[in-house]
Amino acid sequence: MTRTGAGVLLLGVRHHGPGSARAVRAALEAARPRIVLIEGPPEADPLIPLAAEEDMRPPVALLAHAVDEPGRSAFWPMAEFSPEWVALRWALDHGVPARFIDLPATHTLAWERDTDGTGRDGDTGPSEPDLRIDPLAVLADTAGYDDPERWWEDVVEHRGLGEGDAYAPFAVVEEAMTALRDAYGSGGHQRDLVREAYMRLQVRAARREAGDDAVAVVCGAWHVPALRRQPTVTADKALLKGLPKTKADLTWVPWTYRRLARAGGYGAGIDSPGWYGHLFAAPDRPVERWMTKVAGLLREEDRLVSSAHVIEAVRLADTLAALRGRPLPGLGETTDAVRAVMCDGSDVPLALVHDRLVVGEVLGEVPSAAPAVPLQRDLDRLQRRLRLRPEAQEREVELDLRGETDAERSRLLHRLRLLGVDWGRRQASRGSTGTFRETWRLRWEPELSVRVAEAGVWGTTVFAAATGRAEADAVAARSLAEVTALAEQCLLAGLSDALPAVMRVLADRAALDADVGHLAQALPALVRALRYGDVRGTDTGALAEVAVGLARRIFAGLPPACAALDADAADEMRRHVDAVHGAVGLLDDTDDGGGTGGTRGRGADGLRPRWYGVLRGLSGRDRVAGVIRGRAVRLLLDGGEVDQDEAARLMGLALSRGTPPADAAAWIEGFVGGGGGGMLLVHDERLLALVDGWLTGVPAEAFTDVLPLLRRTFGAYEPAVRRTLGELVRRGPGRRAGGAPGGSGLPGFAEDLDEGRADAVVPVVRLLLGRAEDGERNEPVGVGT
Amino acid sequence: MTVSGETTTALPGGEQPAQVLRPHAEDAFAQELAALAAQDDRPRPPRWKLSPWAVATYLLGGTLPDGTVITPKYVGPRRIVEVAVTTLATDRALLLLGVPGTAKTWVSEHLAAAVSGDSTLLVQGTAGTPEEAIRYGWNYAQLLAHGPSRDALVPSPVMRAMAEGMTARIEELTRIPADVQDSLITLLSEKTLPIPELGQEVQAVRGFNLIATANDRDRGVNDLSSALRRRFNTVVLPLPESVEAEVDIVSRRVDQIGRSLDLPAVPDGIDEIRRVVTVFRELRDGITADGRTKVKSPSGTLSTAEAISVVTNGLALAAHFGDGVLRPGDVAAGILGAVVRDPAADRVVWQEYLEAVVRERDGWTDFYRACREVSA
Repeated sequence: MTRTGAGVLLLGVRHHGPGSARAVRAALEAARPRIVLIEGPPEADPLIPLAAEEDMRPPVALLAHAVDEPGRSAFWPMAEFSPEWVALRWALDHGVPARFIDLPATHTLAWERDTDGTGRDGDTGPSEPDLRIDPLAVLADTAGYDDPERWWEDVVEHRGLGEGDAYAPFAVVEEAMTALRDAYGSGGHQRDLVREAYMRLQVRAARREAGDDAVAVVCGAWHVPALRRQPTVTADKALLKGLPKTKADLTWVPWTYRRLARAGGYGAGIDSPGWYGHLFAAPDRPVERWMTKVAGLLREEDRLVSSAHVIEAVRLADTLAALRGRPLPGLGETTDAVRAVMCDGSDVPLALVHDRLVVGEVLGEVPSAAPAVPLQRDLDRLQRRLRLRPEAQEREVELDLRGETDAERSRLLHRLRLLGVDWGRRQASRGSTGTFRETWRLRWEPELSVRVAEAGVWGTTVFAAATGRAEADAVAARSLAEVTALAEQCLLAGLSDALPAVMRVLADRAALDADVGHLAQALPALVRALRYGDVRGTDTGALAEVAVGLARRIFAGLPPACAALDADAADEMRRHVDAVHGAVGLLDDTDDGGGTGGTRGRGADGLRPRWYGVLRGLSGRDRVAGVIRGRAVRLLLDGGEVDQDEAARLMGLALSRGTPPADAAAWIEGFVGGGGGGMLLVHDERLLALVDGWLTGVPAEAFTDVLPLLRRTFGAYEPAVRRTLGELVRRGPGRRAGGAPGGSGLPGFAEDLDEGRADAVVPVVRLLLGRAEDGERNEPVGVGT
Repeated sequence: MTVSGETTTALPGGEQPAQVLRPHAEDAFAQELAALAAQDDRPRPPRWKLSPWAVATYLLGGTLPDGTVITPKYVGPRRIVEVAVTTLATDRALLLLGVPGTAKTWVSEHLAAAVSGDSTLLVQGTAGTPEEAIRYGWNYAQLLAHGPSRDALVPSPVMRAMAEGMTARIEELTRIPADVQDSLITLLSEKTLPIPELGQEVQAVRGFNLIATANDRDRGVNDLSSALRRRFNTVVLPLPESVEAEVDIVSRRVDQIGRSLDLPAVPDGIDEIRRVVTVFRELRDGITADGRTKVKSPSGTLSTAEAISVVTNGLALAAHFGDGVLRPGDVAAGILGAVVRDPAADRVVWQEYLEAVVRERDGWTDFYRACREVSA
């Protein structure tokens, strides 16, 4: 041992640096201290033994949260390659006490409240890298590097181990940091001084307990010079006086590599946890092993990657590192080599490598003995406040969303469903079909508590967790319909914060989805969601914008998609046309274009006129399937865009001799199929005459082919309509074709209205409609509007 | 300053002798190469004229310790040049991919000039390139008079490069018929070229390497077999990184072409050029310039070279049939032609782009109208 009498062993590290972690392990092995002190919240000391448990697997994080306000929290994430974790495990494995010595979370959480914690859920936690980028940049710059991260990697992380003194790296780093602190002081981070004062006091206590040489401290390299200084105890205590306090609770929560990688927020701000994990875990030849891993992944994805590729990639990476003057290939060199050798220069497979390996998909685990997560507390609180007790017995609740409490209950249940906590199941409401009523069947099963614990990854309150989960789900969703469904759920759950992210994904998916069918499926759900939002008073501006955008894309893509379809596909497309028609109607009522459309006016550029333009195009195009053409004409007729004469002309065209009978029958199905089609034929004898004339002209051998189609069309009519039609046809509809189309023409009735008898009904109708007696205008009380 | 045209290049820094229209890179930049060689104290791979560092400096530009300024030959990601140079140093063949106008040929020529001091060992790939162009041919007069011998053999540029340890270049590799491409496979892996007629072979001397260029989005060409691909390290040359860079390239080229075609000068075209470049970039990248909306990409390449031709075309229209000012209507038809290559799928892409992006953009109303007009 070379360090007898050298005083406390101060190990300055970079948080989440695999090289630092190795060095810490080596230094601890060499020094064998009797106490290990680690930068972290001291309230977590009782949780340390959990780290040794079988089912504790990093990445995990220490989570501190304010008891009365679970939304306020701070995280200390640790991966297996984090020096803190290595120190923790070393201490536990060697039966040496370990302690956290940073300023208690009680104070740090209160600090956040005082400064009105920027952003949501305490993303200004002490987990932020303590090795400030600025001082590091100064060092890197001095060494002639433009990228501080790369400098640190070259100098510290990528150093091989084994040869030389286990303490040497720390001595060098300490020297550099001392020079920096001499030049920059606290670097503008006044709170560091307070934290360091607390740490010094803890180190002193440990020294008294175990002796100077038996204490090892693992902390951010930035703090080392400050801990080396020895101001008086009174000076340190003075710094700590009068700190704000809040009651804090701590626990372990599972973490993921992806969250480690996320800059800001809860993330540790490291770009490549997977790469770091690899560097830490690989016993030797890290580049060769990495390339083999990459090759394995690419092979799984059915890319042709041979061992020769791996060899060439390693050679290229090595040479590239030499060209760039680096001691070892870093992530940049390996990535360039993988791209050039294994990916044919393309970034597409490379994105996969980045996602799966460089960032990685590792998910941590925490033993069940860990204290409850704040999410559970938040849920308890909400359950108490909303008087919605978790009971094992199943019961049904009716919620009237117009009341504030019920609306909040509904939102809670919807949010929990998003989080996979299926406490309530939505039932179809009895009696009322209004959108303001919901029926739920509630049942709390024990495993739901486990689900809540799992959901703790997403946030510390039900609201924050559901928001986080919804955003993540949106990104992971595979189909457009999934995203629309999610948008609907977000509205139901009142997660307006998640909505922009979901809408973004939705807009992106819609932009890239080449199948008009998918778009057409998504639109109605979206419009429905829009109307839900209206009922609940949510801001749906973004939603409307996306819906309008979606509609425009459908308009552009629909005509080509309707050409050259077989019968089944045509039928499906006809349903899409119907759905879009309905949605456009609702959408146009709601809004057009969310503001920007307003500048151009709704006139010729509004959604509805454009839609009718599309329909008109469809109706006149021969390559479009008959059923769609017929439906387009029908929708135009219903919308008053085409008058009856024009409809009759188009029908005549579609049913003329040259058209194959099957196609004509499909046209008829499209035109008069579905609701209201029968009445159309009853009321316009010209149309009926056209159908009749065509039908009698169909050759015998073709008749059996079109019969099923016709049967399907006419069989769906109401019996009364069918009977009337039959009677009309038996009488010969063509006979009266020249007569006034306005007359009813029903057998057994006079040609014109009996005005006296009609007038007698008017007072009753007025009464029914609630109109005043003095209604001047003789308004038609007809069917249809 | 990023790129110049595919085969026509003129960058500042090269003095051009009066006789030759376009001197080789090693002649045009002989001074720079000599200065680099004089001050290059790093290890050089066998038969390299410069060390890899110096080659990278030659391409990327810089100032030497003695004050000699090396002009940048390629302005783009440093990574690209580094990977390319390193590939040559590891005796792997280098394949430069990219759409027209990304300076593939330019980079390959300068690499060969810097590494071997000779960029002339060149095979021009065409659909009619025979195997002889890659292996060897025969001087039939010699062959008939004296029988098969080394004297009767006509070596290809590749064969010469192998024998002398130089850098050979193959242009437009994907245009070469597949069976001719195949003759490269053994050549690259075994580094020998057998001559069965003579019972001899040519073995590559250290320092030999091969740079091939190909257009990766061309259609109807001979795709590389995976066997051949495996023998190359691939570097994709990206399109200009920023709108500004691309606008700059387009306007400079348009200016040059306009002058050579004696088109009347059209003032204030820069807005329209910017618009064309923006449309091309957005459709190419599949995302709008503000990063807010995704769009579908059409099947065409939408290269910088095409943007140049659209603008030139528009200028001709404006000069001869319009009022002399480049207007949205002058470029709309050209853009439509460049974007809609596949009448069914691309038309939808274009319509969607018009409706979802162009329509909403401030100051683009005229352009939107013009496009609706031509694509109706």
